[in-house]
Amino acid sequence: MKKSNKPKPITENDSRQTQWRLLLVVPLSALAVGLGYAVLSLPSQAPGLSKHVAAKLETSGVSNPVTAVLLNFRGYDTLLELGVLLLALLGVWSLGAAPKRHEPPPGLVLELLSRLLVPLLILVAGYLLWAGAGAPGGAFQAGSVLATAGVLLLLAGWRLDSRFSGLPLRLALVAGLGVFLLVAVVLILLGGRLLEYPPSFAGALILLIEAAATLSIGTALAALFLGGRPEKGAHR
Amino acid sequence: MPDVLLSIADIPWGVMTIVLPLAGAMSSFLWPRRALPLGLATALAIVICVAGLGWQLVQQGAQRYAVGGWGAPLGIDLYADGLSLLMLMMTAVVGLGISIYSCGYFNLERARYFWPLWMFLWAALNALFLSADIFNLYVTLELLGLAAVALVALAGGADALTGAMRYLLVSLLGSLCYLLGVTLLYHSFGSVDIAILAERVESSPTVWAAMGLMITGLLLKTALFPLHFWLPSAHASAPAPVSALLSALVVKASFYILLRLWLELFPFASAALAQLLGLLGAAAVLWGGLQALRQTQLKMLIAYSTVAQLGYLFLAFPLASITGWTGALYVLLSHAAAKTAMFMAAGNILYFGGHDRIVDLDRVVQHLPLTITAFALAGISIMGLPPSGGFIAKWLLLEAAILSGQWWWGIVLILGGLLSAAWVFKVVGYAFTRSEVPHEARAVPAAMEWTALLMAMVAILLGLFVPWLLALMEIGLPFGGVGSAG
Amino acid sequence: MSPALLYALVGVGLFTLGLYALIVHAHLLRKILAINVMASGVFLVLVALAARTQGTPDPVAHAMVITGIVVAVSATALALALMLRVRAATGRAELAEEPLE
Repeated sequence: MKKSNKPKPITENDSRQTQWRLLLVVPLSALAVGLGYAVLSLPSQAPGLSKHVAAKLETSGVSNPVTAVLLNFRGYDTLLELGVLLLALLGVWSLGAAPKRHEPPPGLVLELLSRLLVPLLILVAGYLLWAGAGAPGGAFQAGSVLATAGVLLLLAGWRLDSRFSGLPLRLALVAGLGVFLLVAVVLILLGGRLLEYPPSFAGALILLIEAAATLSIGTALAALFLGGRPEKGAHR
Repeated sequence: MPDVLLSIADIPWGVMTIVLPLAGAMSSFLWPRRALPLGLATALAIVICVAGLGWQLVQQGAQRYAVGGWGAPLGIDLYADGLSLLMLMMTAVVGLGISIYSCGYFNLERARYFWPLWMFLWAALNALFLSADIFNLYVTLELLGLAAVALVALAGGADALTGAMRYLLVSLLGSLCYLLGVTLLYHSFGSVDIAILAERVESSPTVWAAMGLMITGLLLKTALFPLHFWLPSAHASAPAPVSALLSALVVKASFYILLRLWLELFPFASAALAQLLGLLGAAAVLWGGLQALRQTQLKMLIAYSTVAQLGYLFLAFPLASITGWTGALYVLLSHAAAKTAMFMAAGNILYFGGHDRIVDLDRVVQHLPLTITAFALAGISIMGLPPSGGFIAKWLLLEAAILSGQWWWGIVLILGGLLSAAWVFKVVGYAFTRSEVPHEARAVPAAMEWTALLMAMVAILLGLFVPWLLALMEIGLPFGGVGSAG
Repeated sequence: MSPALLYALVGVGLFTLGLYALIVHAHLLRKILAINVMASGVFLVLVALAARTQGTPDPVAHAMVITGIVVAVSATALALALMLRVRAATGRAELAEEPLE
C-alpha cells in the first residue's frame, strides 16, 4: 500500500480523536496505579508451591521441577494446552487454503544456511527433549526449535510432498495429544486415576509423551506459519 | 492384571465427559469422511457419561477427583456438585440436539471442519464445568474461546469473519484480565485451587484488584451490558447451529465461573458491587429488548434477545438468596433450550427461503409448521409464560425480589417480559403473511425441524420437572450452607 | 524494593500500555500486537513474583507461564490468519463499524 507523501492537515476528526485518547489515559493510569499498589502490597518473600514440588519431586520421574510440574503434577493443563494448539491449527485450516505467495527462488545465503542449520536444529531439538528431565528443556522447548527448522525450510521454498500432506501430516499433528490422552486413559483402566503415573514408570512415560508432543508441537507451529490448509500437489 | 471390572459408581464418569470429546475431535480430524458418524457417536457417548455422573452424584453427593493422584495444592482437582451437573446436563442435551441438527445443515466441505471444532468446544465446556482450579479454568476458557471463534468464522463472508475477529479480540482481552487476576491470587495465597483459596482468601487490596480483574474479564465474555457490543454480530453471522451453541452454552460458561468465584472466593464483595451488577443486568434486559424490536433480520433479533436474557442472570446478584440463585439458574437452563430452538428455527427458515428478513417470512407457518411451532413454544419460555422453564425462572426471581424488599427488580422482570412478548408476536405474526418478494423454496430436512421442536419442548418441560431439578441443584450445597466448598 | 517487585511493576505497565493500544488503534495487526504485549505483561508479573523465594524460584509459576505462552501463540496464529481473511473479504484490515441495524 502506498502512503501519500504530503503531510495530512490536522482535521477536526483528528483533534477529536486525540481528545478521546487523552481522556482514555486518565482511567488507564488509575488502573496502572491500582494494579501497581496491589502488586506492591504483596509480601516480599513467599515460597509459593516450591516446597510442595520439592517434597514430591523424587516420585515424579524427572529431576527438573518445571518439567515435573508440567508433565506430572499439572499434566492435565498440558494436555488441554496441546489441545489448544491443535485447535488453533484446525481453526486456521478451516479458514481456507494457504495464501499463494509468489516467492522468488531463495538466495544463496538462505539456501546454504538452511542446509547447514536445519539438521543442527533438529539435533538441538532432540537434545532439549532428552535434557528436559534434569535441566531446563522438554517438549515445548524442543518443539519450538523443531518448528524453527520447519519455518526455515518453508522460507527456503520447501513444501511437504503431497503424499505426506494428508493423513500422515494429520497423524503427526495429533500424536502429542493422542499419546497423552491414551496414556491417561490406560492408567485409569489399570486401576489408577487419570494421569496417575506409577512412580517406577513415570520417567519413561513422561519421555514418551514428550517425544510425541515435540513432534506435534513442531509440526503444528510450522504448519501455522503457512497460514492455511496445505495445497494438494508438490511444489518443487 | 488389576481388576478392570468396575461398578457403575466407580467409573470416573466425569473424566470420561472430557476425554470422549477430545478423542472425538481427534478422530474426526484424522478421518474427515467419517466425521459425521464419529461426531454423533461421541455425542451419544457423552450423554451416557453425563447420566452416569448424575447417578454417581445422586448416590454419593458431591465428588472431588484428584487428577494424577496428587491432590491440591500440588495437582489439579476436578469437582462435581449439583451446579456443575446441571451445566453438564444442559450442555449434553443441547449438544445432542445440535449434533443431530447439524447432520443436515452443513455441506461436506464445511462438515469436515465443523465436527472436530464442535467436539473441541464440547470438551472445553465439560472440562470447564468440572474444574476446581482457577488456572485450569483459564486454559479451558481459552480452548472454549478459540473453538467458538473458529466456528463463527466457518460461515465465511465478510460479516462472519468480522464478527469472529471482534469476538476473538474481546475473548483474548477477557482471558488476559482473568489471568492477571489469577496471578495476583496465586502469588497472594500460594494456591490456585478454589477450595484452598476459599479458606485463605481475605479482604485486601490485592484480592480486590484480582476480583475486579477477574470479574471484568468474565463479564466481557458473558456480554453483560455495556460489554455486550461484540455479541450480536458474532452470534447473528455464525451458522445457525453455531449461533445456538454460542447463545445457549458458551456465554453461560463464563457466567458459571463468575458464579463460582462470587460464591466461594469473594463472599465479602460489597453490596454496592452486587447492586452494580444488578443494575447492569437490568440495563441489559431493557436495552436488549428494545434493540431486538428494532431488528429486521431474524438472527440479529434473536442475538439481541440473548443480550436481554443474560441480563436476568445478573439480577440474582443483588438478591443474594438461594431463591434468587435458583431463579438465575433456571433462566440459564431454560434460555439454553429456548434459544437453541429459536436459532434452529431461524436456521430452518434461512435454509428454506435463503434469507431471514422478518417482513418477508412468506407464510412460513404453512411451509414449516413444525418450525414455527418450535419458535412459538420457545417464545413462550422466553416471555416467561406458564407452563415453561422461563415462567418458573421469573417466578423465582420475583419471589426473591419481593422477599428481600427490593421490589424494583420485579418491575424490570415485567418490562422485560413485555418486550419479549412484543417481538415474539411480531415474528409469529409475519409468519402468517404473504411476502411480496418471490424466492426459491428449498425443502428443509426433517431432522432439522424435529430437533428444533424437541428443544422447544425441553424448554417447556423444564417448567414441569421443577422438584427434580431443584433437588439436583442442592447436591453439594453450592449456594450456601455448611460445607459448600466440597 | 526487590528486583522481583520491580519486574512485576514493569509487567503491570506493559499490561496497561497494551490495553491502551488495543483500544486506541484501529488496524487489526496493531490490536493483535497489543494483545501480545498485554500477555507478555501478565507473564512477566507471574514470573517476577515467583522469584520471591530463597533458592530456586517457584516452578509452578514457571510452568503456568509456559502454558500461557503456548496458548498465546496459538491464539495469535488464529488471529493473524483471521485478520488476513478479513482483509481479503472487506479490503481493509480493520473492524468495520457496527451496523446499527
